[in-house]
Amino acid sequence: MTGYNNSDAPEESAASCLRVAGVAVGYGDAPIVRDVSLDVPDGALTVLVGPNGSGKSTLMKAMARVLPVRSGEIRLDGRPIGAMPTREVAKRLALLPQGPIAPEGLRVRELVAQGRYPHQSLLRQWSRRDAEAVEAAMQAADVIGFADRPVSELSGGQRQRCWIAMVLAQETDILLLDEPTTFLDLKVQVDLMRLLRRIAKEDGRTLVVVLHELNVAAAFADHLIMMQDGRILAEGHVERVFTAANLREVFGLEANVLRDPASGRPVCVPVVTPDADVMSRIAAQ
Amino acid sequence: MTAPSFRPVRRPGFAPLLALAALALAFAWHVSVGARTIPLPVVAEALLSYDASVFEHVVIVDLRLPRALLAAMVGAALAVSGALMQGVTRNPLADPGILGLLIGASFAVVLVVGVFDLAAPALIPLVAALGAVIAAMAVWGIAAAAPGGAMPLTLVLSGAAVTAFLAALVTIANLLDEQSFEQLRVWMTGSLAGAQGGVMLWALPWFGAGLVVAFAIARQVTALAMGEETATGLGLNVGRVKALALFAVVALTAATVAMAGPMGFVGLVVPHVVRLFAGQDYRQIMPWSALAGAGYLLVVDVAARMVLAPVEISTGLVTALLGAPIFVWLVRARL
Repeated sequence: MTGYNNSDAPEESAASCLRVAGVAVGYGDAPIVRDVSLDVPDGALTVLVGPNGSGKSTLMKAMARVLPVRSGEIRLDGRPIGAMPTREVAKRLALLPQGPIAPEGLRVRELVAQGRYPHQSLLRQWSRRDAEAVEAAMQAADVIGFADRPVSELSGGQRQRCWIAMVLAQETDILLLDEPTTFLDLKVQVDLMRLLRRIAKEDGRTLVVVLHELNVAAAFADHLIMMQDGRILAEGHVERVFTAANLREVFGLEANVLRDPASGRPVCVPVVTPDADVMSRIAAQ
Repeated sequence: MTAPSFRPVRRPGFAPLLALAALALAFAWHVSVGARTIPLPVVAEALLSYDASVFEHVVIVDLRLPRALLAAMVGAALAVSGALMQGVTRNPLADPGILGLLIGASFAVVLVVGVFDLAAPALIPLVAALGAVIAAMAVWGIAAAAPGGAMPLTLVLSGAAVTAFLAALVTIANLLDEQSFEQLRVWMTGSLAGAQGGVMLWALPWFGAGLVVAFAIARQVTALAMGEETATGLGLNVGRVKALALFAVVALTAATVAMAGPMGFVGLVVPHVVRLFAGQDYRQIMPWSALAGAGYLLVVDVAARMVLAPVEISTGLVTALLGAPIFVWLVRARL
């Protein structure tokens, strides 16, 4: 469906499924998100970064119709998302909120099965199709090994994989994940991002991820968005966006941007005043 | 052959049948116990082939059966509304007693019946419902005004404050005019003894409507128990489900208070015990809570009549006497 060029309606097929047009979110005189426009690239991993309070989570909540927009419009498949039945949205777009907490004692399988909610109704309760989707999602997120254990007993990284399995079981083309790696060890963060990249690459799904860790964002993003003070300051391919100038402007961070020889991805190293002790030792060698 | 066979809804098996049998037994035991113990075979006889010329049959059908039905209904209603509140608010301490709905409903009834002398049976459940809603709004309003907003802790604290305040008002009114308040004892302490047939009949629609709505939204409550944002992401209309849950809780609370006054701890304790074996799916928790709540209150009411026989203890006191230790055990084991 995506990327298929239909000559009858080139405008339509070229448009991205999830579009944000001149959106403001929040209350009072100073909305948290102001005049943001964004075409989310289909089938790619988009990463949203920005300092605390820059409005990245708020923007994501509006994109997931958890928060209403004050002005502007968010369109899913060309239709205003706020006017669509919420269950219909849930078949196209899944949300993993920040820091979700599973009810005490809920087992991994039961959590993942909740992802089938929008596909069920009073008349259509639980089908073979649901069971297969849950199984496939648990396989993809690699949680089969502890499928029958309570979620609350798992480590932070395992738990987060369970939640990712839940949104995968929802079988949507678009997945929005709000800080899925925060408070996790670096190794666990990298493992999770590998999983997310695989989902975008192999299944051709559209992922939007809010991240805190700049170098993790630079290492995995196809498309990088930098937000500050409720606005998008830079957006595009990582190469063009992840620059020392942008880091200074958006984060107020003085950093050198180097290149990882193995992946070719940019890496930032904060500038620190040279330590006299270290410098003299280097000079001595 | 290796197709996934997992169902999140556990296959029922024999457990519900056993539970229903246990409930029937508790019911029969409840009917047989009284000023004079009637043997179980006679109880069965009275229910299956009623004979108006047999004195015991008349006692069973006219006196004891209504009380047993009342105990079962009140227990089921309290347990289901507790389960519903705990799921929707994600607060393990939520129940109609702790969040002030019970005292609000009984205060309203005591006020209207005792002070304004309006005792029409049709009005009492309505008054109880209004009292429950107003108390719930007051508790929520006080909690929302606190720093940090309506969190589980602030809700429990403001529920305790509202409960203490209204309970004190009821006590003062009682001291001022002991005579007229004797007829209000049911609504003040919680008792299954004083149920008037008229009130019971008018409370039935509230009980039925609350129970039907609670069961109908069970699947939605399971999703909502994972947090509002997650539930919205899954395609749940959060506002509508919360409104329906509030309606169900208020209707069930109103029905129980109208029929039997405030009974503490049933709504708090029973759903937690049920979760130990039924898991976290509210399609399981709701029916199991109804069954367990009904059984629990039947047994408690037997105890209330037997322990100090021939003196009868108020059932509302015994639910708290038994519920408190169970709750302490739960806190240590689970919460």
